[in-house]
Amino acid sequence: MYDFKALYEAKSVDEAVRLRRGHPGARIIAGGSDVLIRIRNGKWAGAELISIHGIDALRGVKLEDDGTIRIGPLTSFSHLASDPVIGTHIPVLAEAANQVGSPQIRNIGTIGGNICNGSPAADTPPTLFVLDAQVELTGTEGARRVPVRDFYIRAGVVDLKPDELLTAVLVPGEAYRGYTGHYIKYAMREALDISVVSCSVNVKLTEDKKRIENVRAAFGAVGPVPLRTPGAEAAARGGETTERTVKAFASAVLGEISPWSDWRTSKAFREHIAEELAARALIRSIELGGGGIHA
Amino acid sequence: MYVGKPVKRVDAFDKVTGRARFTDDLCDKSAYIARIVHSTIAHGKVVSFDLAEARKVKGVVKILTCFDLREKHYFGTPGHPYVLDPAQRDVEDRLVLTDTVRFWGDDIAAVVAENEVAAEQALRLIKVQYEEYPFVLDVQEAMKDGAPQLHAAFPNNILEHTGIREGDYAKAITEPGLIKVEGWYETPTMQHCHIENHICYAEMKQNRIHLVSSTQVPHVVRRVVGQALGIDWGRIRVVKPYIGGGFGNKQDILYEPLCAWLCMQVGGHLVKLDVPREETFVCNRVRHGFRGHIISWVRPDGTFAARKLEAFSDQGAYASHGHAICAVEMAAFRQTYPCENVEIDGWTVFTNKPVAGAMRGYGVPQIMWALESHTDEIAAALGQDPIAFRRRNLMPLGYYDMFGHRKLAADSYNQCLSKAMEAIGYDRKREMYRHQTGNIRRGTGAAVFWFDTGTWPFLLETSSCRMAMNQDGSMQLQLGETEIGQGADTVFSQMAADTVGVPIEKVHIVSAQDTDVAPFGTGAYGSRQTYSAGHSIRKTGLQLKQKILEKAEKLLQISSADLNIVDGEIIHIADGAVLMDLGTLVKEVQYSRSGSCHLTAESTAHITAAPYTLGCTVAEVEVDIALCKVRLLNIVNCHDAGVLINPALAEAQVHGGMSMGIGYGLSEKLVFDEKTGRPVNNNLLDYKLSTFMDHPSLRAEFVENREVTGPFGAKGLGEPPVASVAPAIGNAVYCATGVRLKKLPMDPPNLYQAFCEAGLICDERRVDA
Amino acid sequence: MPDQYKLIRCTVNGREKEAMVDVRASLADLLRNDFRLTSVKKGCEVGECGACNVLIDGESFNSCIYLAVWADGKDILTLEGLEGPDGKISDIQQAFIDEAAVQCGFCTPGAIMSAVEILNEGRLLSDEEIRVRMSGHLCRCTGYENIVRAVKKTMLARLSQ
Repeated sequence: MYDFKALYEAKSVDEAVRLRRGHPGARIIAGGSDVLIRIRNGKWAGAELISIHGIDALRGVKLEDDGTIRIGPLTSFSHLASDPVIGTHIPVLAEAANQVGSPQIRNIGTIGGNICNGSPAADTPPTLFVLDAQVELTGTEGARRVPVRDFYIRAGVVDLKPDELLTAVLVPGEAYRGYTGHYIKYAMREALDISVVSCSVNVKLTEDKKRIENVRAAFGAVGPVPLRTPGAEAAARGGETTERTVKAFASAVLGEISPWSDWRTSKAFREHIAEELAARALIRSIELGGGGIHA
Repeated sequence: MYVGKPVKRVDAFDKVTGRARFTDDLCDKSAYIARIVHSTIAHGKVVSFDLAEARKVKGVVKILTCFDLREKHYFGTPGHPYVLDPAQRDVEDRLVLTDTVRFWGDDIAAVVAENEVAAEQALRLIKVQYEEYPFVLDVQEAMKDGAPQLHAAFPNNILEHTGIREGDYAKAITEPGLIKVEGWYETPTMQHCHIENHICYAEMKQNRIHLVSSTQVPHVVRRVVGQALGIDWGRIRVVKPYIGGGFGNKQDILYEPLCAWLCMQVGGHLVKLDVPREETFVCNRVRHGFRGHIISWVRPDGTFAARKLEAFSDQGAYASHGHAICAVEMAAFRQTYPCENVEIDGWTVFTNKPVAGAMRGYGVPQIMWALESHTDEIAAALGQDPIAFRRRNLMPLGYYDMFGHRKLAADSYNQCLSKAMEAIGYDRKREMYRHQTGNIRRGTGAAVFWFDTGTWPFLLETSSCRMAMNQDGSMQLQLGETEIGQGADTVFSQMAADTVGVPIEKVHIVSAQDTDVAPFGTGAYGSRQTYSAGHSIRKTGLQLKQKILEKAEKLLQISSADLNIVDGEIIHIADGAVLMDLGTLVKEVQYSRSGSCHLTAESTAHITAAPYTLGCTVAEVEVDIALCKVRLLNIVNCHDAGVLINPALAEAQVHGGMSMGIGYGLSEKLVFDEKTGRPVNNNLLDYKLSTFMDHPSLRAEFVENREVTGPFGAKGLGEPPVASVAPAIGNAVYCATGVRLKKLPMDPPNLYQAFCEAGLICDERRVDA
Repeated sequence: MPDQYKLIRCTVNGREKEAMVDVRASLADLLRNDFRLTSVKKGCEVGECGACNVLIDGESFNSCIYLAVWADGKDILTLEGLEGPDGKISDIQQAFIDEAAVQCGFCTPGAIMSAVEILNEGRLLSDEEIRVRMSGHLCRCTGYENIVRAVKKTMLARLSQ
């Protein structure tokens, strides 16, 4: 039995927005795998909850006419991972979704929750960052769109107004067409774990596959929020697919991340792993794009 | 005959259908819910509580604090048999609630409420004032003069120190030409992590306390609850239903005394104390952290001149099993590689940390990490093959242990090593992995373990059994020894069926122990169930059989010496002719109008042997140096546990132990905040048990040398499988990388440090994936 | 404060059920306390151990972190629902017995329910894939080995039919 004060169940986005306005202190619960745990451990005990669990309209993935991929925020990780649109166009996101916790957590956890809890270590955000994804936020005044990179304010805090609800995650066509990507989660064990460092990279190769036309990279758990590494991207952009480029890219990452030391491990270790993952994710992305690494 | 056959578990059907009831499944919904207030400082004194807000919570029945404890009955918690000599008893240093706080999480008060939400809310509203003392977390720091003192009776926090001196170490090391190999080794605090948390409930009926508890040792619980409450032991009744694993944690008396006391404080109303997982990590028991210093003096020919060990065993805040774990470590060190000149010192030391108790392996996994890592280092220093070095120095056939009065009767070590090495292709792979470069490297490693069965002569070894015939020729079987998941009920049934001569389907074992009804037994620990209970089953079964045959003699007018019971029927030995089925016989006897008799037997076996149970692990790993990760490719354990009563269950039990060893080796550690003493990863996300995906296929092999002291040729198997896994992995990592890990676990942060120190990473970063 | 209790209707092990549930209850609470389906075990209450796993509309969920009110309109299957009306057990339950995949039995119900979800997909999986799909269960007794064997054996038997 959970210790919360009230549960308001919304059946539609409009109703959820109304409930948000009517209960300003209430917390949104979608899948529950974060919220219920925080209630149990006392952090959010006694809270009011607005359940959006029943808003089926917010589930599923759609390919829009202009090539934008529209992901309902209540889509579970497992449904995301097995979705044909995702599998065809952005398999790297399926890869990321498949590395969340465990099968049961992937069935209950949602991509919307993964973003809105503001965690730096979440599995899907780094990939959404490199895909230049936008979030659609719906409130009393209607909907607005924000790049997911700007949605994060600080650790655990996102730019969600008191009456707003995340209603879609949008991946624009130009962000994925011609790109191949790879996500690596580094954790202490192979399942049921949280990232120590994570890295998502995608690349677009030149037609001859010898050069990197464009590259984007993002990291999790090496700063207060997930982050892109524009400097590293610039270091590799236009470069040949060589060990030298990979090395330049990976070492540039170090100047752009700000990991910390805690009981789990040290800052130095996280830096070491981030650099290693950057190199490996880039190499794999190039290989997936039909290229190879040359001396 | 059933012994030696892979008989299906007698409790499997109930467990795959959900019909097997565990403690929480049996508790009535009317129960009050108890929750414990744990200290949020590591060392100090409780000055006062502010309960005003907590008391206002709707549904709170009563809040009890350490200051409500009028009579102070100190008790010891290890699930050992009672010791008549007060000087030899376990240290009695616990109270159900304490005002002296000795670790972060000590039990200082409790809430009893009508439901869990009310109990939770009250818990959060209780304010505590403390007088704080400095605390100490490190075992060697705790021994220093001026370190914070946990118990007045134990200066320098030393619970006990023992030393062993054999031969003349000081003189032996002066022998010219000796090679000195020295190392420090360390293992962390761990937790058992049985999937069912410890839970119990208590109610007063007929002025007695009825307790149902998830325990390995129901008869010990009865005694300790009596001691803790200061009431007659007979006024306690303990029932142990199916339990969701124990691994030694539930061999300690955990919260049964507190639950019983709370029940008495609320008029005897039913009270349930269900311990959340986070508290299980901190406020139950843990595996002793260990630090060991080993010095070996070896001759160039690969023999030992002298050996030395200093062992520091981290007891945590209270004595629990105390120095027994360290004593086992010392024995294992001394006996695994016998040497004429030995100097061993072991200290068990209090620190402001969770209380260490029994955990599968009882010190042996700790000492084997140190010893078997060290043994590989010696071989490397001598330029010898580590297996050949072991074979030359391991406890030889015929080795006699003066203390345990036992002789090594089988060449278990050599046989197990050969079988395990063969299974993994050790020699071929060792050769293959000799000259590797690059980031991904493979290696193989081996380690042996030392273990013995049961607890004699340290402790009493006793087991009682009761059998009663039913009218259909079936029988009830009851023991004080307990099923805790290991398969005890099944092997007990097999042994009983064979002894009496009935089909196994006709053996009805009473799985739950109810101390009002069950014969006395000390419970599940020390890898003793099959061995100790085997003795009492055999003794009782033979008595029952004799009684049956005597009745048959009267009914059939044939001498009982000419009769036998086979497959539930009385047969004539001479020609095998079936003379009568057991059902007919029992009915004739039980309903006889001239002399009715209920055919039963009960006896106690007093056991005075503790045979060695030895074996090894061989492991193959792949190391990704840059990622600081070890992937286990292959692992095999080989055991000589004597005759396997049930090979399928034996194999399964070895798998489980190996799994625990893999977690121990690669990922598990309970971590404490240096500033507060607070554990930081006391949950199943942050404390890394190995998962389905962290294991390769596990392989269990056996050599079956019949144990001469065992009633069925069997000896202990429960704990040993965990003992040699970590050092075998460590030795394989060394083979792969040339880097020697000294500290467990071999998780990425520790590997990072070791690889940096060895210069494998950090200087030049590699990109070859 | 809105209603503390809510009437829900759902199918549990093939039978239509109605219950007034406390909105604060987890599905594990509902199944254990109201329906007395005690195969649903609590081992951590934070979705890590998998002991409370049940199938909801065919997918595995840790019922400890699933609100009971969400079960409204859902089809729920627990271990108890695998038995036939005559008490005959399913192939995967029998395989757990035959492969000695059961020890203390506390993780067993949840693990079997994940196996049911996997097996119902009717696909041939490698050992590695079986491990991935079962990885939401912690077991301290078996080392997972015989559980993998039991799932694999049942999968192969079903596919060869």
